[in-house]
Amino acid sequence: MGFRQALESEEFLVTAEIGPVKGTDVSALLEDVSVLRGRVHAINITDMPSSVMRLGSMAVCHLLTDMAVDPVFQVTCRDRNRLALQSDLLSAWVLGIRNVLALTGDHPALGDHPQARPVFDLDSVSLLQVIGQLNAGFDMAGKGLKGATDFLCGAVVNPGADTEDALDLQIIKMEKKIEAGARFFQTQAIYDLELFERFMKRVKGYRTKILGGVILLKSAGMARFMNKNVAGVHVPDHLIKEMVDAPDKVQKSIEIAARLAKGLKDLCDGVHIMAIGWEKMVPQVISEAGLSEGVQTK
Amino acid sequence: MIAPYKRILILGCSTCTTVCSAGGPKECRELAESLVAGRGDLYVEQDMVPRQCAEKFVARFEGKVRDFEAVLSMACGNGVQVMAKRFPNKPVLPALNTEFIGIEKEPGVWTEMCRACGDCILWRTAGICPVTRCAKGLLNGPCGGSREGRCEVSKDLPCAWQEIYQGLKRLGLTDYLKSGVQIKSWAVHPGRLTKGDEKPKHGLTGVGV
Repeated sequence: MGFRQALESEEFLVTAEIGPVKGTDVSALLEDVSVLRGRVHAINITDMPSSVMRLGSMAVCHLLTDMAVDPVFQVTCRDRNRLALQSDLLSAWVLGIRNVLALTGDHPALGDHPQARPVFDLDSVSLLQVIGQLNAGFDMAGKGLKGATDFLCGAVVNPGADTEDALDLQIIKMEKKIEAGARFFQTQAIYDLELFERFMKRVKGYRTKILGGVILLKSAGMARFMNKNVAGVHVPDHLIKEMVDAPDKVQKSIEIAARLAKGLKDLCDGVHIMAIGWEKMVPQVISEAGLSEGVQTK
Repeated sequence: MIAPYKRILILGCSTCTTVCSAGGPKECRELAESLVAGRGDLYVEQDMVPRQCAEKFVARFEGKVRDFEAVLSMACGNGVQVMAKRFPNKPVLPALNTEFIGIEKEPGVWTEMCRACGDCILWRTAGICPVTRCAKGLLNGPCGGSREGRCEVSKDLPCAWQEIYQGLKRLGLTDYLKSGVQIKSWAVHPGRLTKGDEKPKHGLTGVGV
Protein backbone atom coordinates (compact mmCIF):
# COMPACT_ATOMS: atom_id res chain seq x y z
CA MET A 1 0.00 0.00 0.00
CA GLY A 2 1.33 3.41 -0.91
CA PHE A 3 1.84 6.14 1.63
CA ARG A 4 -0.99 8.34 0.44
CA GLN A 5 -3.48 5.48 0.43
CA ALA A 6 -2.43 4.51 3.96
CA LEU A 7 -2.71 8.12 5.10
CA GLU A 8 -6.15 8.50 3.59
CA SER A 9 -7.39 5.18 4.99
CA GLU A 10 -6.58 6.31 8.53
CA GLU A 11 -4.00 3.58 9.14
CA PHE A 12 -1.29 4.04 11.76
CA LEU A 13 1.55 5.17 9.55
CA VAL A 14 5.05 3.77 9.65
CA THR A 15 7.87 5.48 7.78
CA ALA A 16 11.63 5.10 7.87
CA GLU A 17 14.48 7.21 6.64
CA ILE A 18 17.62 6.61 4.63
CA GLY A 19 20.46 9.03 4.06
CA PRO A 20 22.17 8.70 0.67
CA VAL A 21 25.88 7.89 0.58
CA LYS A 22 28.69 10.32 -0.04
CA GLY A 23 29.58 8.93 -3.44
CA THR A 24 28.00 6.77 -6.05
CA ASP A 25 28.08 3.29 -4.56
CA VAL A 26 24.43 2.64 -3.75
CA SER A 27 24.73 -1.09 -3.09
CA ALA A 28 24.46 -0.86 0.72
CA LEU A 29 21.68 1.68 0.43
CA LEU A 30 19.65 -0.57 -1.86
CA GLU A 31 20.17 -3.47 0.54
CA ASP A 32 18.69 -1.35 3.32
CA VAL A 33 15.76 -0.52 1.06
CA SER A 34 15.10 -4.22 0.44
CA VAL A 35 15.13 -4.88 4.18
CA LEU A 36 12.55 -2.13 4.76
CA ARG A 37 10.43 -2.96 1.73
CA GLY A 38 6.97 -4.08 2.76
CA ARG A 39 7.60 -3.17 6.39
CA VAL A 40 6.98 0.57 6.12
CA HIS A 41 4.52 2.73 4.20
CA ALA A 42 7.25 4.97 2.85
CA ILE A 43 10.94 5.72 3.13
CA ASN A 44 12.15 9.30 3.41
CA ILE A 45 15.30 10.06 1.47
CA THR A 46 17.18 12.94 3.06
CA ASP A 47 18.51 16.00 1.25
CA MET A 48 22.09 16.40 2.48
CA PRO A 49 21.29 16.51 6.20
CA SER A 50 23.52 18.73 8.34
CA SER A 51 24.59 20.32 5.03
CA VAL A 52 27.04 17.49 4.31
CA MET A 53 27.43 16.97 0.55
CA ARG A 54 25.99 13.62 -0.59
CA LEU A 55 24.19 11.83 -3.38
CA GLY A 56 20.91 13.57 -4.17
CA SER A 57 17.52 12.71 -2.79
CA MET A 58 15.72 12.76 -6.13
CA ALA A 59 17.93 10.13 -7.77
CA VAL A 60 17.64 7.81 -4.78
CA CYS A 61 13.86 8.31 -4.59
CA HIS A 62 13.70 7.28 -8.22
CA LEU A 63 15.69 4.11 -7.48
CA LEU A 64 13.12 3.34 -4.75
CA THR A 65 10.20 3.70 -7.16
CA ASP A 66 11.99 1.18 -9.40
CA MET A 67 11.89 -1.22 -6.44
CA ALA A 68 8.17 -0.50 -5.87
CA VAL A 69 8.91 1.29 -2.59
CA ASP A 70 7.11 4.58 -2.00
CA PRO A 71 9.67 7.33 -1.31
CA VAL A 72 9.22 10.63 0.48
CA PHE A 73 11.36 13.14 -1.40
CA GLN A 74 12.93 15.48 1.15
CA VAL A 75 13.48 18.92 -0.34
CA THR A 76 15.31 21.70 1.47
CA CYS A 77 15.50 25.38 0.51
CA ARG A 78 19.20 25.55 1.36
CA ASP A 79 20.69 25.07 -2.10
CA ARG A 80 18.10 25.96 -4.72
CA ASN A 81 16.26 29.13 -5.58
CA ARG A 82 12.59 29.14 -6.59
CA LEU A 83 13.36 28.29 -10.21
CA ALA A 84 15.43 25.23 -9.33
CA LEU A 85 13.00 24.06 -6.63
CA GLN A 86 10.02 24.16 -8.98
CA SER A 87 11.94 22.53 -11.79
CA ASP A 88 13.20 19.75 -9.49
CA LEU A 89 9.67 19.15 -8.25
CA LEU A 90 8.43 18.74 -11.83
CA SER A 91 11.37 16.42 -12.51
CA ALA A 92 10.59 14.36 -9.42
CA TRP A 93 6.98 13.98 -10.49
CA VAL A 94 8.03 12.77 -13.94
CA LEU A 95 10.34 10.24 -12.27
CA GLY A 96 7.41 8.74 -10.35
CA ILE A 97 7.94 10.46 -6.99
CA ARG A 98 4.62 11.24 -5.30
CA ASN A 99 5.40 12.43 -1.73
CA VAL A 100 7.41 15.49 -0.74
CA LEU A 101 8.66 16.64 2.63
CA ALA A 102 9.29 20.38 2.52
CA LEU A 103 12.08 21.61 4.78
CA THR A 104 13.97 24.84 5.26
CA GLY A 105 17.26 22.96 5.66
CA ASP A 106 20.29 23.36 7.86
CA HIS A 107 22.64 26.28 7.36
CA PRO A 108 25.67 25.38 5.16
CA ALA A 109 27.94 26.68 7.94
CA LEU A 110 27.12 23.49 9.89
CA GLY A 111 28.30 21.15 7.16
CA ASP A 112 31.40 20.06 5.30
CA HIS A 113 31.34 22.95 2.81
CA PRO A 114 30.93 25.84 5.27
CA GLN A 115 31.98 28.45 2.69
CA ALA A 116 28.97 27.62 0.49
CA ARG A 117 26.50 30.38 -0.26
CA PRO A 118 23.22 29.72 1.53
CA VAL A 119 20.19 30.18 -0.73
CA PHE A 120 16.95 30.13 1.32
CA ASP A 121 15.11 32.00 -1.44
CA LEU A 122 11.98 30.22 -0.14
CA ASP A 123 11.44 28.54 3.20
CA SER A 124 9.49 25.48 4.30
CA VAL A 125 6.20 27.39 4.42
CA SER A 126 6.48 29.14 1.08
CA LEU A 127 7.79 25.92 -0.51
CA LEU A 128 4.63 24.13 0.62
CA GLN A 129 2.52 26.86 -0.92
CA VAL A 130 4.45 26.57 -4.18
CA ILE A 131 3.93 22.79 -4.28
CA GLY A 132 0.22 23.46 -3.82
CA GLN A 133 0.34 25.75 -6.85
CA LEU A 134 2.18 23.14 -8.94
CA ASN A 135 -0.49 20.65 -7.88
CA ALA A 136 -3.12 23.11 -9.10
CA GLY A 137 -1.37 23.37 -12.46
CA PHE A 138 0.41 26.70 -12.06
CA ASP A 139 3.92 27.80 -11.28
CA MET A 140 4.84 30.51 -8.78
CA ALA A 141 4.57 33.15 -11.46
CA GLY A 142 1.01 32.04 -12.18
CA LYS A 143 1.91 30.50 -15.54
CA GLY A 144 -0.03 27.38 -16.48
CA LEU A 145 1.73 24.01 -16.56
CA LYS A 146 1.35 21.50 -19.33
CA GLY A 147 0.70 18.63 -16.96
CA ALA A 148 0.44 19.34 -13.24
CA THR A 149 1.84 17.49 -10.25
CA ASP A 150 -0.25 15.90 -7.52
CA PHE A 151 2.18 15.60 -4.63
CA LEU A 152 1.25 14.61 -1.13
CA CYS A 153 3.05 17.26 0.94
CA GLY A 154 4.45 16.99 4.40
CA ALA A 155 6.52 19.06 6.75
CA VAL A 156 8.38 18.83 10.03
CA VAL A 157 7.81 20.19 13.49
CA ASN A 158 10.00 20.20 16.57
CA PRO A 159 7.75 19.37 19.56
CA GLY A 160 10.70 19.53 21.95
CA ALA A 161 11.59 23.17 21.25
CA ASP A 162 13.40 24.12 24.43
CA THR A 163 11.95 27.51 25.34
CA GLU A 164 8.31 28.49 25.63
CA ASP A 165 8.74 31.10 22.90
CA ALA A 166 10.43 28.57 20.62
CA LEU A 167 7.56 26.12 21.09
CA ASP A 168 4.93 28.84 20.51
CA LEU A 169 6.73 29.73 17.30
CA GLN A 170 6.93 26.07 16.22
CA ILE A 171 3.18 25.79 16.64
CA ILE A 172 2.42 29.06 14.84
CA LYS A 173 4.63 27.87 11.99
CA MET A 174 2.95 24.46 12.04
CA GLU A 175 -0.42 26.18 11.57
CA LYS A 176 1.00 28.11 8.62
CA LYS A 177 2.36 24.89 7.13
CA ILE A 178 -1.03 23.19 7.43
CA GLU A 179 -2.67 26.18 5.79
CA ALA A 180 -0.04 25.98 3.04
CA GLY A 181 -0.88 22.33 2.37
CA ALA A 182 1.03 20.07 4.78
CA ARG A 183 -1.03 16.86 5.01
CA PHE A 184 1.43 15.17 7.37
CA PHE A 185 4.15 16.08 9.84
CA GLN A 186 7.19 14.06 10.81
CA THR A 187 8.55 15.28 14.11
CA GLN A 188 12.01 15.63 15.57
CA ALA A 189 13.02 12.62 17.70
CA ILE A 190 10.91 12.06 20.78
CA TYR A 191 12.31 10.44 23.92
CA ASP A 192 9.93 11.85 26.48
CA LEU A 193 6.39 10.66 25.78
CA GLU A 194 4.84 12.82 28.51
CA LEU A 195 6.33 15.95 26.99
CA PHE A 196 5.09 14.85 23.57
CA GLU A 197 1.63 14.22 24.94
CA ARG A 198 1.51 17.82 26.13
CA PHE A 199 2.51 18.96 22.65
CA MET A 200 -0.20 16.78 21.10
CA LYS A 201 -2.79 18.39 23.38
CA ARG A 202 -1.76 21.81 22.09
CA VAL A 203 -2.21 20.76 18.46
CA LYS A 204 -5.39 18.73 19.03
CA GLY A 205 -7.87 19.06 16.19
CA TYR A 206 -5.30 20.21 13.61
CA ARG A 207 -6.31 18.81 10.23
CA THR A 208 -3.13 16.88 9.49
CA LYS A 209 -1.40 13.62 10.39
CA ILE A 210 1.42 13.60 12.91
CA LEU A 211 4.13 10.94 12.77
CA GLY A 212 6.23 10.95 15.91
CA GLY A 213 9.97 10.73 15.31
CA VAL A 214 12.06 7.92 16.76
CA ILE A 215 15.85 7.91 16.44
CA LEU A 216 17.60 4.66 17.38
CA LEU A 217 19.99 5.36 20.23
CA LYS A 218 23.25 3.65 19.31
CA SER A 219 25.08 4.41 22.53
CA ALA A 220 25.00 6.51 25.67
CA GLY A 221 27.60 8.73 24.01
CA MET A 222 25.28 9.39 21.09
CA ALA A 223 22.49 10.31 23.50
CA ARG A 224 24.73 12.78 25.32
CA PHE A 225 25.92 14.21 22.01
CA MET A 226 22.33 14.79 20.85
CA ASN A 227 21.40 16.39 24.17
CA LYS A 228 24.25 18.81 23.73
CA ASN A 229 24.05 19.46 19.99
CA VAL A 230 20.67 18.65 18.46
CA ALA A 231 17.97 21.27 18.86
CA GLY A 232 14.82 20.00 20.49
CA VAL A 233 16.16 16.54 21.33
CA HIS A 234 16.37 15.58 24.96
CA VAL A 235 17.22 12.02 25.96
CA PRO A 236 16.25 11.61 29.63
CA ASP A 237 18.91 10.35 32.04
CA HIS A 238 17.08 7.07 32.71
CA LEU A 239 17.35 6.11 29.03
CA ILE A 240 21.05 6.98 29.00
CA LYS A 241 21.50 4.79 32.06
CA GLU A 242 19.68 1.92 30.37
CA MET A 243 22.12 2.17 27.46
CA VAL A 244 25.14 2.29 29.78
CA ASP A 245 23.98 -0.75 31.75
CA ALA A 246 22.94 -2.87 28.78
CA PRO A 247 25.29 -5.75 27.88
CA ASP A 248 23.87 -5.88 24.33
CA LYS A 249 23.67 -2.28 23.07
CA VAL A 250 21.98 -3.16 19.78
CA GLN A 251 19.25 -5.13 21.49
CA LYS A 252 18.72 -2.37 24.03
CA SER A 253 18.58 0.23 21.28
CA ILE A 254 15.87 -1.74 19.48
CA GLU A 255 13.99 -2.27 22.73
CA ILE A 256 13.97 1.44 23.59
CA ALA A 257 12.91 2.44 20.07
CA ALA A 258 10.14 -0.16 20.07
CA ARG A 259 8.92 1.04 23.44
CA LEU A 260 8.79 4.63 22.21
CA ALA A 261 7.05 3.61 18.96
CA LYS A 262 4.48 1.63 20.90
CA GLY A 263 3.85 4.61 23.17
CA LEU A 264 3.43 6.88 20.17
CA LYS A 265 0.72 4.62 18.81
CA ASP A 266 -1.63 5.90 21.49
CA LEU A 267 -0.66 9.54 21.02
CA CYS A 268 -0.47 10.33 17.31
CA ASP A 269 -1.07 9.07 13.77
CA GLY A 270 2.16 7.34 12.97
CA VAL A 271 5.81 6.82 13.65
CA HIS A 272 8.84 7.93 11.66
CA ILE A 273 11.87 5.78 12.46
CA MET A 274 15.28 7.26 11.84
CA ALA A 275 17.91 4.55 12.22
CA ILE A 276 20.95 6.57 11.04
CA GLY A 277 22.86 3.62 9.59
CA TRP A 278 21.06 0.90 11.53
CA GLU A 279 18.26 0.52 8.99
CA LYS A 280 18.51 -3.27 9.21
CA MET A 281 17.26 -3.07 12.81
CA VAL A 282 14.08 -1.22 11.84
CA PRO A 283 11.94 -4.31 11.04
CA GLN A 284 12.68 -5.63 14.52
CA VAL A 285 11.67 -2.28 16.06
CA ILE A 286 8.43 -2.44 14.10
CA SER A 287 7.72 -6.02 15.19
CA GLU A 288 8.56 -5.43 18.85
CA ALA A 289 6.36 -2.33 18.86
CA GLY A 290 3.51 -4.42 17.46
CA LEU A 291 3.11 -2.22 14.40
CA SER A 292 3.71 -4.74 11.63
CA GLU A 293 0.08 -5.65 11.17
CA GLY A 294 -0.56 -2.19 9.79
CA VAL A 295 1.83 -2.45 6.87
CA GLN A 296 1.32 -4.89 4.07
CA THR A 297 3.74 -6.14 1.50
CA LYS A 298 2.92 -4.93 -1.99
CA MET B 1 48.85 42.95 -2.90
CA ILE B 2 51.37 45.70 -2.21
CA ALA B 3 54.49 43.67 -3.00
CA PRO B 4 55.12 45.23 -6.46
CA TYR B 5 55.11 48.82 -5.16
CA LYS B 6 57.75 50.90 -3.36
CA ARG B 7 55.86 54.22 -3.01
CA ILE B 8 52.43 53.87 -1.47
CA LEU B 9 49.87 56.49 -0.46
CA ILE B 10 47.53 55.42 2.32
CA LEU B 11 44.25 57.31 2.17
CA GLY B 12 41.87 57.10 5.09
CA CYS B 13 38.26 58.20 5.02
CA SER B 14 36.92 60.67 7.58
CA THR B 15 33.34 59.43 7.61
CA CYS B 16 32.13 55.88 8.17
CA THR B 17 35.40 53.95 8.43
CA THR B 18 36.73 56.53 10.88
CA VAL B 19 33.62 56.05 13.01
CA CYS B 20 34.13 52.30 12.76
CA SER B 21 37.75 52.59 13.96
CA ALA B 22 38.91 50.98 10.73
CA GLY B 23 40.06 53.75 8.40
CA GLY B 24 40.65 56.83 10.55
CA PRO B 25 43.93 58.71 11.16
CA LYS B 26 44.96 56.34 13.94
CA GLU B 27 44.44 53.20 11.85
CA CYS B 28 46.19 54.77 8.84
CA ARG B 29 49.18 55.63 10.97
CA GLU B 30 49.33 52.14 12.47
CA LEU B 31 49.11 50.56 9.03
CA ALA B 32 51.86 52.83 7.67
CA GLU B 33 54.15 52.00 10.57
CA SER B 34 53.63 48.28 10.28
CA LEU B 35 54.22 48.30 6.50
CA VAL B 36 57.42 50.31 6.78
CA ALA B 37 58.65 48.15 9.66
CA GLY B 38 58.24 45.07 7.48
CA ARG B 39 60.01 46.44 4.39
CA GLY B 40 63.05 48.70 4.36
CA ASP B 41 62.59 49.74 0.70
CA LEU B 42 59.05 51.05 1.19
CA TYR B 43 58.10 54.74 1.24
CA VAL B 44 54.65 55.40 2.68
CA GLU B 45 52.65 58.59 3.19
CA GLN B 46 49.21 58.94 4.65
CA ASP B 47 46.36 61.40 4.33
CA MET B 48 42.64 61.63 4.99
CA VAL B 49 39.88 62.10 2.41
CA PRO B 50 36.75 63.69 3.93
CA ARG B 51 34.51 61.22 2.05
CA GLN B 52 35.97 58.71 -0.39
CA CYS B 53 32.57 57.77 -1.82
CA ALA B 54 32.16 61.29 -3.23
CA GLU B 55 34.18 62.07 -6.33
CA LYS B 56 34.49 65.79 -5.55
CA PHE B 57 36.50 65.01 -2.40
CA VAL B 58 38.58 62.33 -4.10
CA ALA B 59 39.45 64.71 -6.98
CA ARG B 60 41.31 67.01 -4.57
CA PHE B 61 44.00 64.35 -4.17
CA GLU B 62 44.89 64.18 -7.85
CA GLY B 63 48.26 65.94 -7.45
CA LYS B 64 49.26 63.83 -4.51
CA VAL B 65 48.25 60.53 -6.04
CA ARG B 66 50.46 61.28 -9.05
CA ASP B 67 53.58 61.01 -6.85
CA PHE B 68 52.87 57.43 -5.78
CA GLU B 69 52.91 54.03 -7.47
CA ALA B 70 49.76 52.84 -5.72
CA VAL B 71 47.00 54.01 -3.41
CA LEU B 72 46.02 51.92 -0.42
CA SER B 73 42.49 52.94 0.45
CA MET B 74 41.23 52.74 4.02
CA ALA B 75 37.66 53.43 2.89
CA CYS B 76 34.81 50.97 2.46
CA GLY B 77 34.29 49.19 -0.86
CA ASN B 78 32.40 52.20 -2.18
CA GLY B 79 35.32 54.52 -1.50
CA VAL B 80 37.84 52.18 -3.11
CA GLN B 81 35.73 52.00 -6.26
CA VAL B 82 35.11 55.75 -6.52
CA MET B 83 38.87 56.26 -6.11
CA ALA B 84 39.65 53.61 -8.73
CA LYS B 85 37.26 55.24 -11.16
CA ARG B 86 38.74 58.70 -10.59
CA PHE B 87 42.34 57.43 -11.00
CA PRO B 88 42.01 54.76 -13.72
CA ASN B 89 45.75 54.56 -14.38
CA LYS B 90 46.74 54.05 -10.75
CA PRO B 91 46.39 50.79 -8.81
CA VAL B 92 43.90 51.50 -6.01
CA LEU B 93 44.07 48.72 -3.42
CA PRO B 94 41.59 47.91 -0.65
CA ALA B 95 43.18 47.95 2.80
CA LEU B 96 39.93 46.87 4.44
CA ASN B 97 37.39 44.11 3.97
CA THR B 98 34.01 45.81 4.05
CA GLU B 99 31.89 43.44 6.12
CA PHE B 100 28.39 44.81 6.47
CA ILE B 101 26.08 47.69 7.29
CA GLY B 102 26.11 47.49 11.04
CA ILE B 103 25.92 49.29 14.30
CA GLU B 104 28.38 49.45 17.17
CA LYS B 105 26.66 47.35 19.77
CA GLU B 106 29.26 48.06 22.42
CA PRO B 107 32.77 49.49 22.11
CA GLY B 108 34.64 47.28 19.69
CA VAL B 109 31.66 45.07 18.76
CA TRP B 110 29.65 45.62 15.58
CA THR B 111 26.62 43.69 14.43
CA GLU B 112 24.90 43.52 11.08
CA MET B 113 21.37 44.93 11.16
CA CYS B 114 20.33 45.77 7.59
CA ARG B 115 21.13 44.28 4.21
CA ALA B 116 19.72 47.17 2.24
CA CYS B 117 17.43 44.65 0.52
CA GLY B 118 15.00 47.28 -0.74
CA ASP B 119 11.87 45.54 0.58
CA CYS B 120 11.52 46.67 4.19
CA ILE B 121 9.31 44.63 6.54
CA LEU B 122 10.52 46.05 9.86
CA TRP B 123 6.98 47.32 10.57
CA ARG B 124 5.74 43.76 10.91
CA THR B 125 8.76 42.29 12.69
CA ALA B 126 8.97 44.51 15.77
CA GLY B 127 11.83 46.50 14.30
CA ILE B 128 14.11 43.44 13.98
CA CYS B 129 15.16 42.44 10.48
CA PRO B 130 14.92 38.67 9.86
CA VAL B 131 16.35 39.05 6.36
CA THR B 132 19.61 40.16 7.98
CA ARG B 133 19.55 38.88 11.54
CA CYS B 134 18.22 35.35 10.88
CA ALA B 135 21.16 33.42 9.40
CA LYS B 136 18.78 31.92 6.83
CA GLY B 137 16.86 35.14 6.23
CA LEU B 138 13.58 33.36 6.91
CA LEU B 139 10.32 35.26 6.56
CA ASN B 140 7.73 32.84 7.93
CA GLY B 141 9.08 32.15 11.41
CA PRO B 142 12.13 30.39 12.79
CA CYS B 143 13.66 27.11 11.66
CA GLY B 144 13.80 24.34 14.25
CA GLY B 145 17.49 24.80 14.90
CA SER B 146 17.62 27.26 17.79
CA ARG B 147 18.85 26.14 21.20
CA GLU B 148 18.09 28.17 24.31
CA GLY B 149 17.16 31.11 22.13
CA ARG B 150 20.44 31.06 20.21
CA CYS B 151 20.94 30.51 16.49
CA GLU B 152 22.01 27.11 15.12
CA VAL B 153 24.90 28.81 13.34
CA SER B 154 26.50 30.35 16.43
CA LYS B 155 25.82 30.56 20.15
CA ASP B 156 26.87 34.22 19.91
CA LEU B 157 23.81 35.00 17.79
CA PRO B 158 20.35 35.27 19.29
CA CYS B 159 17.53 33.66 17.30
CA ALA B 160 16.11 36.71 15.52
CA TRP B 161 12.67 35.12 15.36
CA GLN B 162 12.50 34.63 19.10
CA GLU B 163 13.40 38.31 19.51
CA ILE B 164 10.77 39.26 16.95
CA TYR B 165 8.19 37.15 18.78
CA GLN B 166 9.01 38.79 22.12
CA GLY B 167 8.78 42.22 20.48
CA LEU B 168 5.46 41.49 18.78
CA LYS B 169 4.04 40.13 22.03
CA ARG B 170 5.02 43.38 23.79
CA LEU B 171 3.33 45.37 21.03
CA GLY B 172 0.27 43.13 20.86
CA LEU B 173 0.97 42.44 17.19
CA THR B 174 1.59 38.68 17.08
CA ASP B 175 -1.09 38.39 14.40
CA TYR B 176 1.53 39.63 11.95
CA LEU B 177 3.30 36.29 12.43
CA LYS B 178 0.25 34.35 11.36
CA SER B 179 -0.94 36.41 8.44
CA GLY B 180 -0.19 35.06 4.99
CA VAL B 181 2.79 33.28 3.50
CA GLN B 182 5.64 35.75 3.06
CA ILE B 183 7.81 35.48 -0.06
CA LYS B 184 10.56 37.93 -0.82
CA SER B 185 10.96 39.91 -4.01
CA TRP B 186 14.68 40.17 -4.53
CA ALA B 187 15.89 43.40 -6.07
CA VAL B 188 18.17 43.31 -9.07
CA HIS B 189 21.81 44.01 -8.27
CA PRO B 190 23.81 46.14 -8.96
CA GLY B 191 21.21 48.52 -7.61
CA ARG B 192 20.42 51.90 -9.08
CA LEU B 193 18.18 54.44 -7.49
CA THR B 194 16.88 57.68 -8.91
CA LYS B 195 14.97 60.24 -6.92
CA GLY B 196 12.87 62.23 -9.34
CA ASP B 197 12.92 65.49 -7.37
CA GLU B 198 16.69 65.66 -7.09
CA LYS B 199 17.96 63.84 -10.11
CA PRO B 200 21.73 63.77 -9.90
CA LYS B 201 23.98 65.01 -12.68
CA HIS B 202 26.50 62.16 -12.48
CA GLY B 203 24.54 59.28 -10.97
CA LEU B 204 24.23 58.50 -7.30
CA THR B 205 26.87 57.12 -5.04
CA GLY B 206 25.77 54.60 -2.44
CA VAL B 207 25.63 54.72 1.30
CA GLY B 208 28.74 54.24 3.39
CA VAL B 209 29.73 51.27 5.55
